[in-house]
Amino acid sequence: MIFSYYPGCTLKNKAQDLDRYARLSAEALGFTLEELDEWQCCGGAYSMAKDEIASKLSSVRALNSAKAQGRDLVTLCSACHNVLKQANADMAGDAEFSLHANNYMQLDEPYHGETKVLHYLEVLRDVVGFDALKAAVKNPLTGKKVASYYGCLLLRPGKVMQMDNPENPQIMEDFIRALGATPVLYPYRNECCGGYIAMEDPALAQKKSTAVMESAADMQADCMVTACPLCLYNLQKNAVTNSQVPVLYFTELLAEALGVKG
Amino acid sequence: MQRIGVFVCWCGSNIAGTVDVAAVAEALSHEPGVVYSTNYQYMCSEAGQNIIKDAIKEQQLTGVVICSCSPRMHEATFRKTAAAAGLNPYMVEIANIREQCSWIHKDMPTATEKAIILGRAAIAKVQLNAPLIAGESPVTKRALVIGGGIAGIQTALDIAEAGFEVDIVEKQPTIGGKMTQLDKTFPTLDCAACILTPKMVDCAQNENINIFAYSEVQEVKGFVGNFTAKIKKKARFVDPNKCTGCGECTEKCPMKKIPNEFNLGMDNRRAIYIPFAQAVPKIATIDPDHCNMLKNGKCGLCAKVCGAGAIDYKQKDEIVERQYGAIVVATGYNPIKLDKFDEFGYSLSPDVVTSLEFERLTNAAGPTSGTLLRPSDGKHPHTLVFVQCVGSRDTSGCGKPYCSKICCMYTAKHAMLVREKYPDTEVYVFYIDVRTPGKNFDEFYRRAVEEYGVHYIKGMVGKVAPRADGKLMVQASDLISNEQLHIEADMVVLAAAIEPDKTARSLGTMLTASMDTNDFFTEAHPKLRPVESPTAGIFLSGVCQGPKDIPETVSQASAAAAKVIGLLAKNKLTGNPCVATSDEMMCNGCSSCEKVCPYGAITYQDKEFRMPDRTVAIRRVASVNEAVCQGCGACTVACPSGAMDLKGFSNSQIMAEVDAICKM
Amino acid sequence: MSDFDREQILRTSGVDVLKCMRCGKCSATCPSYDEMEYHPHEFVYMVEKGQIDKLMASKSIYKCLSCFACIERCPRGVEPARLVEAVRLQVIRQQGKNHLRADDIPALLDDDMPQQAIVTALRKYSK
Repeated sequence: MIFSYYPGCTLKNKAQDLDRYARLSAEALGFTLEELDEWQCCGGAYSMAKDEIASKLSSVRALNSAKAQGRDLVTLCSACHNVLKQANADMAGDAEFSLHANNYMQLDEPYHGETKVLHYLEVLRDVVGFDALKAAVKNPLTGKKVASYYGCLLLRPGKVMQMDNPENPQIMEDFIRALGATPVLYPYRNECCGGYIAMEDPALAQKKSTAVMESAADMQADCMVTACPLCLYNLQKNAVTNSQVPVLYFTELLAEALGVKG
Repeated sequence: MQRIGVFVCWCGSNIAGTVDVAAVAEALSHEPGVVYSTNYQYMCSEAGQNIIKDAIKEQQLTGVVICSCSPRMHEATFRKTAAAAGLNPYMVEIANIREQCSWIHKDMPTATEKAIILGRAAIAKVQLNAPLIAGESPVTKRALVIGGGIAGIQTALDIAEAGFEVDIVEKQPTIGGKMTQLDKTFPTLDCAACILTPKMVDCAQNENINIFAYSEVQEVKGFVGNFTAKIKKKARFVDPNKCTGCGECTEKCPMKKIPNEFNLGMDNRRAIYIPFAQAVPKIATIDPDHCNMLKNGKCGLCAKVCGAGAIDYKQKDEIVERQYGAIVVATGYNPIKLDKFDEFGYSLSPDVVTSLEFERLTNAAGPTSGTLLRPSDGKHPHTLVFVQCVGSRDTSGCGKPYCSKICCMYTAKHAMLVREKYPDTEVYVFYIDVRTPGKNFDEFYRRAVEEYGVHYIKGMVGKVAPRADGKLMVQASDLISNEQLHIEADMVVLAAAIEPDKTARSLGTMLTASMDTNDFFTEAHPKLRPVESPTAGIFLSGVCQGPKDIPETVSQASAAAAKVIGLLAKNKLTGNPCVATSDEMMCNGCSSCEKVCPYGAITYQDKEFRMPDRTVAIRRVASVNEAVCQGCGACTVACPSGAMDLKGFSNSQIMAEVDAICKM
Repeated sequence: MSDFDREQILRTSGVDVLKCMRCGKCSATCPSYDEMEYHPHEFVYMVEKGQIDKLMASKSIYKCLSCFACIERCPRGVEPARLVEAVRLQVIRQQGKNHLRADDIPALLDDDMPQQAIVTALRKYSK
């Protein structure tokens, strides 16, 4: 099975591990991520403004390329996932935005949100299936207590992301179970790490990421996993706790369990 | 050709002040068929009615047109007048020249012209009127009450007291409903069980009341005065005539770990159980999903210990068919599920509970015998946070758009009782608005604040984060001090919105009783007919019609009972003769009318017809049950072949009115 | 000016401020609450009242983390974060009012700062 793949800037740079382990694991699980040609940065944040058009076109372009290839579009980075899904929903549901965007794009055939956007975790859950994933695990991570960190962008806005219950998600916990590890539930798994504020106001980022890590540590997590490079950065760099919890990308855990980490 | 009399009313100056009534009477006297036309100050007065009666007799009138107020006001009056003079009452038509003319116009020539046109339309209609005779149907003098909570109980008791038979159908093994689960009741703090259980016993002892507990209404047919219901009595696997309710079986049953619904799953019951000590009827019930004997034939312990020999593993569901004159819906409510509100941590911590669960935790018959203990570790909580409006007034799609109405008061009650019993506690209530408009309600809430020191904070909770040490970190806003608060709580109590019972929707379809988008039953008129469904013979009692507390529920229950008694007191019901009728020769059997009929009055039957060539053909044609039809006319519009018509409002009559109005 | 600003903000955000029932759940859930002079519920009320100048002059507009928590949890679907976004855009869309310039960025970086943070901050803070 082949998916169109939108890696995003960070995965080409600071978050190469997130990308590399995802591709290795995909091959082991029997699907292929085929990178889109000439994709452009999604902008990291989807503007909530109705009259902001131009900055959203790179996403529309990516969505339309996947449509041309007739494939579902897979992303890994939480931010790219959030931006692409929101842009797609606007192209499908916001007639005014869609008209403006299509006018700019000058496509042969207008784009109206036909592409299905999937996060890699959704591919694991809905295409591969967690039972099949469990069966493919070579090194079960038995006994490892893993706290999944969703952050904001994977789940919210829930009506657009359509990934899981935004207040009590299960997808990462089910994923962790499939790898043979034990998921650790903690209340801050869907609270903000501080995000991009790390650049301008590191003190605020420190406050927020510390609260997240403390909450995971409080529930005795051995490690935390995330899908977001910025969350990983904030937790590793800005969280200040007594017991520093290691943070890694969920794909690294996946590759390890599948025995393809190399 | 009809001989029509026209009577133009002044209504004092109400009409005559704007309409030249003499000119109207004069103009209408030239209309075809009009043999008499006059005007008078008050047509509805005795003198006015005598003018009409005399004219009918002297002029041998066959039709009467009254130009006066809305037919809502005096149509019935004038019909009686006509009948007294020997004219069929349905030969009377009203032209509304008050509400639809004089009251809304200022200019006399315009208003007069319009009044003439309205009168002309009524005359055109009456030309085509035919005498109608209202049918009669008998009344079965028994009522069905669906739902055995406090609403159903009160309605049943009142109807029974008036001397009529009542059946209560309750789906749980006992009657009593939600009120059995409550601890104290606001605003007087009487114990719920103490005031409810005597009423439950009254039901059981009243000769006129028949309780079908652990039963469901499966099918309802018929119409006002003549309903037939099929009631499924679910198998209890216990003979109700032998079981003494001693409880021996419920102590010996080896299946001990079944979540107890009565305590909302906070403790366990056995596979054979009696929901609570005061259950009515006090009969054991075997839960077939958990009983080993029923599942795989291994056990039989309850049969061994039952001294009365009441256990019957072979018992089957039983269907009972009964006739009723009236049906009361009293299906009640449930708190909503909180799976879309996990920001409050309901599924993360057992110490985050709903208000109904909190009732059980403070109830002497509850899982903690009335001592307030945290579900997680059984410790005494010191800091409690109550959150109001959880899922109420929510238009985001997660909750309910309406106010659940009861939460402000029960939360004040909970907060007050906690502070009274455990003075070492700190109690916070987060509210958006405090709504306490009942008698002695606001005083009650203020007592919680002023005498019991409950901290009422204007704001909402945004997040409840349970910590490993069992503390619940509550993050909330205090809008008055403009702060974000962080409270370390031991328990959080969520005032979950209430919603109609899940069975209401299918019951509404079964009864052809209309509902709103929230699945509350709609009343016939929101102010003036609040306990009747628009469907004749169906009455509403309690929360099934809208959120309400116990005092209001009981009032409505008694009001519904009064309406039922009024109906059952009649020996015969006079129908409305303005009902739909199908021209069988034109009907093509398409079912369009049946689909739009809101009352289920239309059925189809195969009938033999003689064809022109003397053969006989069988055709499917619509037939209207005149006792069920309410004369709404939906079918006449839906019918593609023009076969359906409404007596008294036929298509030709309405077209004649339109023609008369358009005639220059 | 303020009336124009108010209309523009309502149009840009797509928010119907009249749907707010003043429960304060947005401010109860906001992770930047303590850093803000005006809190999410105040954005809604102040836009309703037309106090746009105060909001535009406030540093609060640069503190929203775009975490969507207030959008997700608002029981009335008001979505206050959209107003914060709209007010900020109203400011930075003016000539010379970018809050972050490309030249400022190198000084704010460390070796591990992901590109995602840089592009997001640029999107949020400059036109």
